[in-house]
Amino acid sequence: MTMTMPVGTAAELGGAEAVRARTPLALAFERIRHDRMALACSIFIVLTTVAAIAAPLIAHLVGHGPDTQYLGTGLTPQGLPRPPTATFLFGTDDLGRDLLVRVVYGARISLLVGVTSSLSAMTIGVAVGVLAGYFRGITDAVLGRCIDVVLSLPFLLAAISLETVVGPSLLISILVIAFFSWAAVARIVRGQTLSIREKEFIEAARSIGTSDLRIIRVDVLPNLAAPVIVYTTLLIPASIAFEATLSYLGLGVVPPTPDWGNMLAEATGYYQVAWWFILFPGLALLAITLAFNLLGDSIRDALDPRGDSLLVALRRRR
Amino acid sequence: MITFLVRRLTLGLLVLWVITVAVFVLFFVAPHNVARLIAGKLATPQTVALVSQRLGLNKPVIDQYWMFLDRLGHGNLGYSFYSSEPVTSLLAGRIAVSASLALGAAVIWLAIGVSTGVLAATRPRSLPDRSLTALSLGFYSMPTFLLGIVVLYLLFFRLHLAGVDLFPGSGYVPLTADPLEWARHLALPWLSLALTAAAAYTRLTRAAMLDVLGEDFVRTAAAKGLTRTRVIYGHALRAAITPVTTQFGIDVGILLGGAVVTEQIFGLPGLGQIAVQSIVTQDLPVIIAIVTLASAFVVLANLVVDVVYAVLDPRVRLE
Repeated sequence: MTMTMPVGTAAELGGAEAVRARTPLALAFERIRHDRMALACSIFIVLTTVAAIAAPLIAHLVGHGPDTQYLGTGLTPQGLPRPPTATFLFGTDDLGRDLLVRVVYGARISLLVGVTSSLSAMTIGVAVGVLAGYFRGITDAVLGRCIDVVLSLPFLLAAISLETVVGPSLLISILVIAFFSWAAVARIVRGQTLSIREKEFIEAARSIGTSDLRIIRVDVLPNLAAPVIVYTTLLIPASIAFEATLSYLGLGVVPPTPDWGNMLAEATGYYQVAWWFILFPGLALLAITLAFNLLGDSIRDALDPRGDSLLVALRRRR
Repeated sequence: MITFLVRRLTLGLLVLWVITVAVFVLFFVAPHNVARLIAGKLATPQTVALVSQRLGLNKPVIDQYWMFLDRLGHGNLGYSFYSSEPVTSLLAGRIAVSASLALGAAVIWLAIGVSTGVLAATRPRSLPDRSLTALSLGFYSMPTFLLGIVVLYLLFFRLHLAGVDLFPGSGYVPLTADPLEWARHLALPWLSLALTAAAAYTRLTRAAMLDVLGEDFVRTAAAKGLTRTRVIYGHALRAAITPVTTQFGIDVGILLGGAVVTEQIFGLPGLGQIAVQSIVTQDLPVIIAIVTLASAFVVLANLVVDVVYAVLDPRVRLE
């Protein structure tokens, strides 16, 4: 198709380039690309991910292992953590370990738990929400009650009980966080599906004898993409904070594995003497959650330039 | 309305029943031996057997669950495995602590959140709006425990170093004993809980206000010649406050069951603290009471929210 619009000169349009039809997703992507805040956040997230993957390399370059205790050089004669120096850029912790290396290693756990639990919660939530919203009736009644029950659980207490019973581990943390996050997704998806299934194109699809499965796959799911993408992006920082909270309470990742939550828990005992011990893990945690939240906001603005309606549906976790 | 209330109460009871069953199942699936834990490391098998018999732990799980329901029907939550104190008296004093913490913080975050949200929404894309939005996103991204540590460091420790002991770093004084000390001891926990929550309310209020300000009835109110203040607070805010009310009810409901993290950081003897203790020591009667109580608060809060919603917004009909 080579159709040029009589708007502006050829130069303004960037040469003799033809005007192309663009899908809403392509338009949204274009908007995000021109959003400096979104770009900065994406770059920060990518850099953090690279650093997390390359953590052993960084540890090798610095010359300090993540769990190695430098009792001679890493502690003051009184046995206290050392402030940042040329050898220990972020200072050391209470056991004389290099904080820089441990903060970098901590990013691995945070990102791994944040991303995998959010993706699992999203998958379960979309499946349950679509089934409940599309089939309605008894399916909706049963699934709807499940959603209600999970949303009424005192999730932090329940998470603590679960972790205590099964014993804390990385996998359990991911499962627990996913278990307490899917219901909110399901509730939103169910609402969206309820309104989508009443649209004319669904009726049209049904009238030509399309199966339910195909209607869900071809007509319903693509229309759910926007809210689901936004919600998942905003779920990641919430999961990261949730994981850090569990580890802070001593229920997530088991020491000595470096994790921002358990580092902060150790640091709480030293906040009067070692500010760096709190500052660096705390800053890392805040920066990554802030970056994901800002990115989520930008994606939402790009996909839906009008509304903040999704934000209203977001439940805060504490 | 009546049918709605009956339906919601039934659902609430169902939720609570599921939760008690879940706690029981979890407890007995767990590879811990509570009798062993209570009897101590050096106990003989006979002692352990005696302890488990005394606590009724040797009976089948179904029987134990039935005993629990039976006691519950008589208004008795059972006795702690460790101190043998009745669970009701164990929790009674702590509910006041958690309620003081939750309600005080709630007042603060509602005041901050709604006022900043209105300020941001009525001047969209202005400097105050942008800075408030950025600031609230910062607090919103901060896990509660992190803000708690920061507050403790800056407002307790740094002030203490500077020779100003404005706020104590931990402890609790009952309101009935000394109202001023009560507020002084709760000030920092209130602040750290309220700041993270207020951020969410700023965003929520801003979004709701922006939606409402574009509606016809707001234009009509302005066209009638009402003052800007009347339009914003009398007409727009009243309609925009409904989603805020919903969130507020749910948040307070959750917090009444104990703010685990905040209580831990500031050493407050509330429900959250005893919950963690009893979970670690596997004190089943206490665990089940707290988890059920906390869930009941959430269920009740949801119910209240739905009713208040219908009262505030005449367009809402309860099915």
